[in-house]
Amino acid sequence: MTDSKYFTTTKKGEIFELKAELNSDKKEKKKEAVKKVIASMTVGKDVSALFPDVVNCMQTDNLELKKLVYLYLMNYAKSQPDMAIMAVNTFVKDCEDPNPLIRALAVRTMGCIRVDKITEYLCEPLRKCLKDEDPYVRKTAAVCVAKLHDINAQLVEDQGFLDTLKDLISDSNPMVVANAVAALSEIAESHPNSNLLDLNPQTINKLLTALNECTEWGQIFILDCLANYTPRDDRESQSICERVTPRLSHANSAVVLSAVKVLMKFMEMLPKDLDYYGTLLKKLAPPLVTLLSAEPELQYVALRNINLIVQKRPEILKHEMKVFFVKYNDPIYVKLEKLDIMIRLASQANIAQVLAELKEYATEVDVDFVRKAVRAIGRCAIKVEQSAERCVSTLLDLIQTKVNYVVQEAIVVIKDIFRKYPNKYESVIATLCENLDSLDEPEARAAMIWIVGEYAERIDNADELLESFLEGFHDESTQVQLQLLTAIVKLFLKKPTETQELVQQVLSLATQDSDNPDLRDRGYIYWRLLSTDPVAAKEVVLAEKPLISEETDLIEPTLLDELICHIGTLASVYHKPPSAFVEGGRGVQHKRLPARAGSGESAESPDVGQAVSAVSDAPPAVIPSQGDLLGDLLNLDLAPPTSNVPPVPSSMQMGAMDLLGGGLDSLMGDESETSASHYRTEVQSPQPPECSERELGGDVGGSPAMGVSLGGAPVGMPAGLGAAPAVGGGLGDLFDLGGGVGVTAGSYIPPKTVWLPAMKAKGLEISGTFARRSGVIHMDLSFTNKAMSVMTDFAIQFNKNSFGLAPAGPLQVLTPLSPNQTVDVSLPLSTTGPVMKMEPLNNLQVAVKNNIDVFYFSCQYPISLLFVEDGKMDRQVFLATWKDIPSENEAQFQIKDCHLNSDAASNKLQGSNIFTVAKRTVDTQDMLYQSVKLTNGIWMLAELRIQTGNPNSTLSVKCRAPEVSQYVYQCYELILRN
Amino acid sequence: MIGGLFIYNHKGEVLISRVYRDDIGRNAVDAFRVNVIHARQQVRSPVTNIARTSFFHVKRSNIWLAAVTKQNVNAAMVFEFLYKMCDVMTAYFGKISEENIKNNFVLIYELLDEILDFGYPQNSETGALKTFITQQGIKSQHHTKEEQSQITSQVTGQIGWRREGIKYRRNELFLDVLESVNLLMSPQGQVLSAHVSGRVVMKSYLSGMPECKFGMNDKIVIDKQGKGGTTDEAGKSELGGSSGKQSIAIDDCTFHQCVRLSKFDSERSISFIPPDGEYELMRYRTTKDIILPFRVIPLVREVGRTKLEVKVVIKSNFKPSLLAQKIEVRIPTPLNTSGVQVICMKGKAKYKASENAIVWKIKRMAGMKESQISAEIELLPTNDKKKWARPPISMNFEVPFAPSGLKVRYLKVFEPKLNYSDHDVIKWVRYIGRSGIYETRC
Repeated sequence: MTDSKYFTTTKKGEIFELKAELNSDKKEKKKEAVKKVIASMTVGKDVSALFPDVVNCMQTDNLELKKLVYLYLMNYAKSQPDMAIMAVNTFVKDCEDPNPLIRALAVRTMGCIRVDKITEYLCEPLRKCLKDEDPYVRKTAAVCVAKLHDINAQLVEDQGFLDTLKDLISDSNPMVVANAVAALSEIAESHPNSNLLDLNPQTINKLLTALNECTEWGQIFILDCLANYTPRDDRESQSICERVTPRLSHANSAVVLSAVKVLMKFMEMLPKDLDYYGTLLKKLAPPLVTLLSAEPELQYVALRNINLIVQKRPEILKHEMKVFFVKYNDPIYVKLEKLDIMIRLASQANIAQVLAELKEYATEVDVDFVRKAVRAIGRCAIKVEQSAERCVSTLLDLIQTKVNYVVQEAIVVIKDIFRKYPNKYESVIATLCENLDSLDEPEARAAMIWIVGEYAERIDNADELLESFLEGFHDESTQVQLQLLTAIVKLFLKKPTETQELVQQVLSLATQDSDNPDLRDRGYIYWRLLSTDPVAAKEVVLAEKPLISEETDLIEPTLLDELICHIGTLASVYHKPPSAFVEGGRGVQHKRLPARAGSGESAESPDVGQAVSAVSDAPPAVIPSQGDLLGDLLNLDLAPPTSNVPPVPSSMQMGAMDLLGGGLDSLMGDESETSASHYRTEVQSPQPPECSERELGGDVGGSPAMGVSLGGAPVGMPAGLGAAPAVGGGLGDLFDLGGGVGVTAGSYIPPKTVWLPAMKAKGLEISGTFARRSGVIHMDLSFTNKAMSVMTDFAIQFNKNSFGLAPAGPLQVLTPLSPNQTVDVSLPLSTTGPVMKMEPLNNLQVAVKNNIDVFYFSCQYPISLLFVEDGKMDRQVFLATWKDIPSENEAQFQIKDCHLNSDAASNKLQGSNIFTVAKRTVDTQDMLYQSVKLTNGIWMLAELRIQTGNPNSTLSVKCRAPEVSQYVYQCYELILRN
Repeated sequence: MIGGLFIYNHKGEVLISRVYRDDIGRNAVDAFRVNVIHARQQVRSPVTNIARTSFFHVKRSNIWLAAVTKQNVNAAMVFEFLYKMCDVMTAYFGKISEENIKNNFVLIYELLDEILDFGYPQNSETGALKTFITQQGIKSQHHTKEEQSQITSQVTGQIGWRREGIKYRRNELFLDVLESVNLLMSPQGQVLSAHVSGRVVMKSYLSGMPECKFGMNDKIVIDKQGKGGTTDEAGKSELGGSSGKQSIAIDDCTFHQCVRLSKFDSERSISFIPPDGEYELMRYRTTKDIILPFRVIPLVREVGRTKLEVKVVIKSNFKPSLLAQKIEVRIPTPLNTSGVQVICMKGKAKYKASENAIVWKIKRMAGMKESQISAEIELLPTNDKKKWARPPISMNFEVPFAPSGLKVRYLKVFEPKLNYSDHDVIKWVRYIGRSGIYETRC
């Protein structure tokens, strides 16, 4: 009979029988009995009642029997702590045994018995074993310290075991070193701030030496520990890398991956122009590819890691596309991961091959895999523009297969392709429409509805198609309902005459019959937009959409960096930081990549500057393709440029009337013009699903007319809404009426000051100021005759000055100036005169002549005089310029006692041609990004931070000619305070 | 680290359960059974997270091995360990089956106690383990003090894979170069991907602690020597390799832990003290200039909705003097196949309904030959909208050469302490090329 019989005993009274056998005199019988006990324990039976009998078998010279008894002890000691003490004596005795195997066994087992009383007895034997002459005992004792620490951390510290453990790092035996490193690393994890491991160049050197000599597992412990070290400089980093690279040829994949982790991390510190950096990059590819010939489970781990590596350093594997081609017999988890990496590696160079592969995959059996393959084709189209056409035709082929899930998936991705390449592939719409009936998944339905709405003007029966969806409106998922609502509104705006009924139907379905707040809100917004101002509605709903981004599924850079530090571990498999799946505080400190040497980019302005410099280091791929850098970086609550609606000229009114046809025009009346012209909206139209719908609630500058016109809501508008006060309130919330509107304020004109006192000019007093009116600079002068005689023959001349100001015409003082008479003259100035730098910069030396004499005076003009009307910079340009201007050119100022909120300030400044390019709000602080252009073409960029309730604001000015900054600041102060 | 290790049979009954960490409870055993083994769906990942507990599993025939943890462990290490565990078990008692595991459960527990300590893998080289974990029930006193310290120093030492004092009357070694050639070809005959993954397996029966040096026609080494102008005396193809003129570009290689990696990294020389008996010295991969032993030319024609005509030609592409063996061509058929008629020029062909394929077998085929099979497949009419996926045609074969072109140039043995020299060692080299995944799409 063989041992398998022990698994089948199910008799009654078994325990009793076993008890008898355990106490038998015959050694063989005893052993058999213990085996039975262990077998029962394994299958989950409770054999704890046999505790004393089993422990009695412990005193034996049969090693095999001893091990079985120990196994039993480890399992049940915790439930029978008192009886477990019976075993202590044997353990202590065994720790003195001449046979090192027995000493090690005893100390190893003792550490696994989690009973307080036993741990007390463990300390002395452990101390001895840590200094045992035999390396086998020492390596076992090293791990035992970690065990004891897990039971009673304080005890380990008090007993000084940590120091002994640290000493073992210098042990002569490599395996002892490896286990000590493993134990220390684990203990260190639960004391994040302790300097337990104390990695310094000396210990690192010891570890690297042990690395060459210890077992494959020991190499993993050491490499994982090395990865936590941060070298002092790039030279140390390189020398460690050089000693770690041989590990890439190890047969054990875990050794290879841990080595890759160390290299990926330390590479961060190497200068990119270093030859070694390139060598290292080249060395990394082959071992990663080799990992793909490992067993499937390891391939999976490797692929999850490669996915991270490809995102961090795409250059490593860019030529290795083929190895990621899916094999027919790959397990599904390997197939899906390979597909993911294929898309990441797809480029113009290999797209033909990739597409051919993807097409093959789309005919496979596994539904998930096929879907992902179809989706991948769409992603290729978006990623590699040259391939878009081929991708679309491949997708059409797939649609022809009529396989339901393939068709649906294809429609979802075609919608994305439309978003990326508008007005290019619309010819396929007819084919898509044929498959309308087969769509049963919400995502596909929503995508199809979006397409119909977006291209309603080209689809003859768009209204019928949409109407067919409307029938089961309430059974649809929210995604489909929202899309249907938007699509019908679009349709209405495009074909108002035939679809009025449809739009009212959907609006009332959305607002009255639905209990979904998102749907109702969107319904109301459309309703009001349509009833208030169809022109605006058109601008909003049919606005050009920003192009969609190429790489939407990249891991966020900081997380990616953290995951790179966890290569090979579970975190890298899950693509989640350890804190997401590990309980308690163990091992959840965030790891970070070291900084590259010499990348000491000084922070610029505290906020923007950092954001900008961070970007220059970050992988560029994450930035959405629409190039809305600023929007993304500064998290501006602005819409992309395309949806910026310029003030609608009054000629648009015709369009509005057309659009409205008969039904609505009476509602509009005269107001449509005013409301339209005031409508400086920055709303984004509702986007298809992948673009955040939440943006809808943007910063709509409501028009003053809106509240009024709402009174006349269309027929069928719920009564409660028709009531003005309720509406006003609601709108205020929705549209944030407060800001943004405001009548454009004129530029600020300082009061006249006396430039030339009468005393100095033989009775002629000149006071004056400067003003900029409709793009022309004027010098407003008052001449007062305080002398006794008449003054005639006035003329004026300027000295050369910083900005080339010069009179654009002769001074027109027509009448002779009688005593005590004052005449006001406005002298237009040009900026084409001779230029000479003045001190201060805005100084202007003037000579005025009359029949009596020539008088000289100097005056200072506010530099805002020179701010031109076309000084609004494009946002991308702004960001690029801001980055481009060195940080030394930045100046910061405090503006005190300015009680304006950001919108008012922005308005006021705009009057003086200081344009707000973007605005961002962080907590209570508003940041305005502004641009100014001078007459001589110099651009000035400014960041104005206004804290709600704080009269002091901060102004940062960046300019290629930094000497101007100070004057700009003066202007700000002048404008804002007055 | 690994918190526990369980072995289940196909029904999900526990055969072995060893818990190493306090955070793993008995319920983990059941969680894996319920969520993975008894799961209705196909396994979607070898790593499963159930209630913040991660399970790693591998399957050997119908036995499940699962490692479980609650920490952020080194996932690659866990799988490597599970494979190693399988190797160790196989080395001790053969095939991993329910019967064998039940019969050896005491041994398995003993092994698990030794090779995993607190979840940290320890020395798991079978050579070393077998010196002190035996099924003989040896008593602890059996070993002398010297023997004991010899065991412990071997288990913990630098050369954990070999014991001292091995003696053979005849010093002999066998080298097998085993390659598996993989191909994915388009229906038009375009190579979509091709690579060779090779292994050098060594059986050494050498006395003492022999120092070995292994050389092959590695392009990097040959080029280096060519430049140096002096041909290494070792360059003489002493082991019956061909002229050695050709060299091959090795994409990547990995070595048994006995090989000194730093020396390979710096000098690209492969030196080591081998384990006793059989082991895998190295693995390598090549993608350039692969000799594809066979070319498959498929022709599939759909004749109406109920008939398929298939013609497949195979051509052998190697020296006419060499013979390929165990040739098998597998032509997949649709699921709704009702009948098949086959005609083949050579070998035997059969339609195997249970495997949904026509299997064509040829015992031997010389190089530069060609053979052909044609088949008519009758189909049952179906309403199934889903198209037949047309799996690729796959091939199996064995050829007596290395498709990568690898040649062994030398394997030198030095044993300074014992008086036998390199010339006294009898050496054998053999090349076998087998098909890996050798597929042609149709």
